[in-house]
Amino acid sequence: MARLIRMDTTGHSTLAEWTTGDTEAIERAVAEFRRELDAGYYAMVTEGEGQARQVSELPLDAELVILRRPIAGG
Amino acid sequence: MTGAGLPGAASDPAGSAPPLPETSAVHWRPRTDARRLVTRGRAWTLTTTAHTVPFVGTAGLLAALEPLSFPVGLALLAHAWAIPELYARRGANVVRPRPRAGEAPERAALGLLGDLVGHDARGLHARTGLVPERGALGVWLVGEAGAVLVSPGGRRVFCWCVQVPEPGLPSGDRIAHLLLALRADEEGFATVANLAFSGAPWRLRRRLPPRARPALDTAVGLSRVSSSQ
Repeated sequence: MARLIRMDTTGHSTLAEWTTGDTEAIERAVAEFRRELDAGYYAMVTEGEGQARQVSELPLDAELVILRRPIAGG
Repeated sequence: MTGAGLPGAASDPAGSAPPLPETSAVHWRPRTDARRLVTRGRAWTLTTTAHTVPFVGTAGLLAALEPLSFPVGLALLAHAWAIPELYARRGANVVRPRPRAGEAPERAALGLLGDLVGHDARGLHARTGLVPERGALGVWLVGEAGAVLVSPGGRRVFCWCVQVPEPGLPSGDRIAHLLLALRADEEGFATVANLAFSGAPWRLRRRLPPRARPALDTAVGLSRVSSSQ
C-alpha cells in the first residue's frame, strides 16, 4: 500500500494511503497532496539509497511520498 | 564502518536533476559546484590568514623594538590564536544538537529517518547524532541544523548552516528534511546553505562535541577512500 506522509511535530502523519485500482482512495490522496502543496510543502520521492526527487504530481506508483517544509540557510 | 553501506552519490552529477526550489530565495548567489567550493575554501583560508598575520607581525615587531612590551605581544598572539578558533567553533555549532521534542514524536521521526538511510548510517547516527551521506561534492554529515561537507581527499571541511525553519519538529525530521533536499539537488543544497566555516578537519574536530567526533573521523576516512579509488 502506498502512503503519503507529512513530516510534522508529531514525527510524521500519514495523510493518505492508496493501492492501484482503488479510485476513491487515489482521488482522496491526490486531493490531500494538492492541499499540502498549496500550503507550502514540497513532495519528495526517494529513489533508492542516496537519491530523491521532488514531484509536483502525486506519483501513484511510488510506495512512499514524503512532504517536507522548505529549508533555509541559518 | 565501511563505505559500502553508505548511500551513493547524493545527487545527479550530470546536473540533470531539477534545481532545489529554495534556491530561488537566494537567486543572487552563484550555484555552488566543485570548482566554486575550491575557490571558497581558498578564499576562507586567505581571509583567516589576513586576520591573523597582522597580529603575529605586530607582536614580532614589538618584541624586536622593545622586549619589555612582551605583555602586549602576548595579547596580540592570543588574538591571532583566537580568531581561527572562533571560526572553527562557529563551524562546529552547525551540528550541535537542538532541544528535543516529545518522546513519541522523536521515536516516530527516528523511524522514518531510519527508513531513509542504510544500516551503517543508522548506526553512526545512533552514536553521534549525524547522518553520513556520500555526494558528488564529498562526504556529508547531516545534522539537525546544518551539515559538514568533507571534500574529496579529506583535507578540508565546509560547515554549512541550513535548517528547516519550523519550530517543534523532532530531531529525526529535521535531519530528514535536510537529507531529502541534499539528495534531490546537492549543489542547490550547498547554494541555499550559509557557509559558517572552512578549514582543516582537525581544526573543526577540536571544537565538535565529543560525541560527534567519530562521525567526522568516519567522513574523513570515507573521503580519503573515495578519492584514492
